[in-house]
Amino acid sequence: MMSPLVERQIPVEVVGSGSKRAVGRPMQAAVQLTTSAMQGVWLYEPTELVMSAQAGTPLTQIEAMLASNNQMLAFEPIDLGPATGSTPGGQTIGSVFACNLSGSRRITAGAARDNLLGIEAVNGRAELFRAGGRVMKNVTGVDLCRGIAGSWGTLSVLVEVTFKVLPWPEVAATLIYFGLPDDLGVEALCAAMRLPYEVTGAVHLPEGVARRLEHEGLRAQGRSITALRIENFGNSVVYRKEAIRKALKVYGDPAVLDTGDTLSFWGELRRLSVMPYNRETCLWRVSTAPTRGPQVVAAIKRHMPVEAYYDWAGGLMWIEVPASADAGASDIRRAIAVHGGHATLIRAEPSVRASVEVFQPQPPAVERLMRGLKEAFDPYRVLNPGRMYATF
Amino acid sequence: MTHIEMPVPDAAVLRRSAHIIKDLIALAGADAVIADEDGRRTFETDGLTAYRCMPLAVVLPKTTEEVARVLRYCHREGIKVVARGAGTSLCGGALPTEDAVVVGVSRMNRVLEIDYDNRFARVETGITNLAISKAVSAEGFFYAPDPSSQLACTLAGNLAMNSGGAHCLKYGVTTNNVLGLKLVLMNGEVIELGGPHLDADGYDLMGLMVGSEGQFGIVTEATVRILKSAEGARPVLMGFASSEAAGACVAGIIGAGIVPVAIEFMDKPAIEVCEAFAKAGYPLDAEALLIIEVEGSDQEISEMLARIQAIAEPYGPTQTIVSQSAEQSAKIWKGRKSAFGAIGRISDYYCMDGTIPLSRLPQVLAGISQICADHGLKVANIFHAGDGNLHPLILYDANDPESSHRAELAGADILRLCVEVGGCLTGEHGVGVEKRDLMRTQFTKTDLAVQMRIKTVFDPKWLLNPGKVFPLEETEHMRDVA
Repeated sequence: MMSPLVERQIPVEVVGSGSKRAVGRPMQAAVQLTTSAMQGVWLYEPTELVMSAQAGTPLTQIEAMLASNNQMLAFEPIDLGPATGSTPGGQTIGSVFACNLSGSRRITAGAARDNLLGIEAVNGRAELFRAGGRVMKNVTGVDLCRGIAGSWGTLSVLVEVTFKVLPWPEVAATLIYFGLPDDLGVEALCAAMRLPYEVTGAVHLPEGVARRLEHEGLRAQGRSITALRIENFGNSVVYRKEAIRKALKVYGDPAVLDTGDTLSFWGELRRLSVMPYNRETCLWRVSTAPTRGPQVVAAIKRHMPVEAYYDWAGGLMWIEVPASADAGASDIRRAIAVHGGHATLIRAEPSVRASVEVFQPQPPAVERLMRGLKEAFDPYRVLNPGRMYATF
Repeated sequence: MTHIEMPVPDAAVLRRSAHIIKDLIALAGADAVIADEDGRRTFETDGLTAYRCMPLAVVLPKTTEEVARVLRYCHREGIKVVARGAGTSLCGGALPTEDAVVVGVSRMNRVLEIDYDNRFARVETGITNLAISKAVSAEGFFYAPDPSSQLACTLAGNLAMNSGGAHCLKYGVTTNNVLGLKLVLMNGEVIELGGPHLDADGYDLMGLMVGSEGQFGIVTEATVRILKSAEGARPVLMGFASSEAAGACVAGIIGAGIVPVAIEFMDKPAIEVCEAFAKAGYPLDAEALLIIEVEGSDQEISEMLARIQAIAEPYGPTQTIVSQSAEQSAKIWKGRKSAFGAIGRISDYYCMDGTIPLSRLPQVLAGISQICADHGLKVANIFHAGDGNLHPLILYDANDPESSHRAELAGADILRLCVEVGGCLTGEHGVGVEKRDLMRTQFTKTDLAVQMRIKTVFDPKWLLNPGKVFPLEETEHMRDVA
C-alpha cells in the first residue's frame, strides 16, 4: 500500500478512525491512509497480561474484551474526542499508542508508551519492520516502541501493537475534599502521593470546572473538588481510605464515592467531559512538576481568563483559554519557560494551529536530533508531514 | 569464549596513542587520565570476563563539561569511545577496543537534588543504583529498578541497558522510572531531555536513549522517579513437584487478578545450591520453587498471602512457608539474591538472560535441559516468572577452553529457543558483544537497518561503543563512512 505512495513521494495523512484529525498542525496531504480496516485481536493471554491487536481495532472493542476477563488498560487512555469536536469512544488502539494518550492512572501505571511491548509498523520508506515483542521484559536492540509512541504518525504507520494489560481492581473508592483553592488542593494531592497507599488518581478541579461535571451530586456542591482514588481488594480499600483520611485531616473531612460513583467520576475525566468542544475557546495540555502546576496556571491567568484543572497530582493541566490569534501561546510558553515542562495546543481553529507551534518548540540540538529521526524513518516526508513541527 | 570478532583497530589512531594521551591530559587533567598498563588493565573487561581488551586510555571525568571536552576532541580526531559505569555488564557492554578511549562516569556520583513533593531525585549517573534508594530511604522512599548487582552497578549502566530486577513486575524497568536526562553527544554537544515532569514533548528521544547500550551518547545526569515504599512486604515460599505445576500456579495467581510485587522461580539444581548457601529452608525435595512477595500493611499482606495459598492449592504445593518475620523474609530473599554467587562457589557459570511467554516455561525448561545435556553440561534455572525473564546458569569449567566453547554454544541454542517460542534474546542484561551475532535470529535485516539508522542520527561517525549490539557485517558500510 505504501510503496507506490513513497515512490511518487505523495504525502499521506495517517488516520485510524480519524477521531484526532483536529489535533496537531493542519496538513496538506493528497491521500488519507486509514488503518480502520485492519481490525482484530490475534493474541490475548490474560495470565501473561498481554494482548496483540491490529492497529485499527476500535479501543471500545479492546476494552470490552479485557473487561470480560476483569482486565483493563491500566493507563486508562484519555479520549480527546469530546474536547475536539468528534464523538467520544471513536479511537483505535493504534492511535492510543501513536499519540501516547494516558489518563489519570498514569501516575502509577505509567503512560501508554510504558505499556507498549511490541510493534509492527511501516515507515516512510515503505519498509515493514518489527520491534519489541510479546514479553514483558525485553531489552533486545534499540527501544523503538518508545521511539514511535507519541510520534503522531509522523515516523511510521502502526500496523499491529502488543501491549501490557492488568487486572481490574476489585474495589475502588474516591475521597473528595471540597472547597480547597488550587494551591492547597495540589498540596493535598502531593501529600497523598507521599503516603504508602498507592493512590491511583489525584485530580483537583477548581470550582468553575467542577460545575461542569455530569455527576449531579458533585456538581451541585458548587465548590472545588480535590479527589483521590484508591483501588485494591475490599478490606484494603477500607483500610487505606481511613489511613488517608487521617493523614490528610488538615485538608478537611472528605466525602467518599463508592466503586460505581468512582467509575463514573473518573470516566468523565477520561472523556475530558469537563472541557467540552467550544469554538470560543482553545484547549492546552501542559505537563510540569506537580507543585509547579498552580504557579503555571496563576502565571497564565495574569494575561487571560483561564479555566483549568489538574491531573497527575498537579503535574498535568488541561487549560482552557479564550480563542485568539495565537491561542495564548506566547504567554503560556513564557510561563512554561519559567516553571519548566511543556505545553501542547490540543484544540484551536485550523488557522491558529497552522500559525503557532502546536507542540513544544525544542532547543536547536534537540530539534536537530528530531529532524534526523524523521529523516531516518521518513526521508521523503510522506507521513503526516508537518503535523508536529512545521519544517519536518 | 574468546573468539568473537571485533572491528579491526584503527592503525592510525594506535600510532598516535602517545599524542592522544597527552591531549586527553590537557583536556581533563592528569588525575583523570589513566594511561599506564596496570591502570588500564582494570578496565580491560567487565562482568563478562571471558572477553578482554586493553583500551588505548581511560578518562574518568568529574563534570559534564569534561565529558563534553573529551568527546568533542575524540569526535574531531576520529577516536572511538567506550562509555563505562561500574563495569558490571554481563554481556560485554563495556568491553573496550584497542583503539578506543574508555570514558568512565564513576567519579560523577553526587546526588544533586531530592524533591519528595514532586517525587524525583536528580543525580549524577556514576552513582550506584542502591545509593539512590539509600539517599531517599530516610523519608521512606526508594528507586524502583533493582538489578541483582545494585550494590555496585551505576545508574549510567542501568540507563544504557534499561535494567530491570526482581521487583519490576510491579514497578517497571529503568525506562519506566526515568523522567529526565542530561547527556553528551559524540560531537560534544550537551543536551537535556525531559525533566521533573511526566512524558516527553516531541519525539521520545529519552525512550530511545535508555537501553541504547552506550551507542547514542553518554548520560551524565538523570532525574529519576522515587516512590514511597509500601508499609511492609512479605514473601511466601512454595515447593512444587514439577515446573509445570509451578508455572501453572503463577498463571493461576495472575489469572485470578493478583499481581504480586515479585514472583521468582527456581528449579531443583538452583534450589539445592542456594539452600546450601543461605540455609533459608528451601524444600530440597521440590522440583521447582516459587517465592511470591506481596506488599502492604500487615493485615493486607496476610489476606493477600492467604488468597495466594488458596489459589495455589489445586496445583499441589509440596511445601508452603509463609514468612513470619522480617528475619525470615530476609533469609528467603538471601537465597534468591545470592543465587549467582552461590552457584559461582561450586562452578564457573555462564548466565543467560532470555525472556519467554510464561505458558511456554515447561517446554523451554525441558529444551534447556536437553540442550545442555547434548553439550555435556549442567544447568540451573532462575526465572522472574511474573514477567517471563529466564536466567539459565550454564555450569562449565573456565579453565578448559573446550568446556567454555560448549557453554557458549549451548547458551546460543538456549537463546534461539527463547526467540522460537515467542520470547527474546535478552530481558535485562543487554546485547553487548555477547548476543550481537544472534540479533539476526530475532530481527530481519530491515528491522536492524531501522535501528541502525537511529544510531547514525545520534552518532553519525559510529564512534561510540564499537562492535556492540549490531552484527558486524550489518554495520560494515556504516563504519566505513566514519
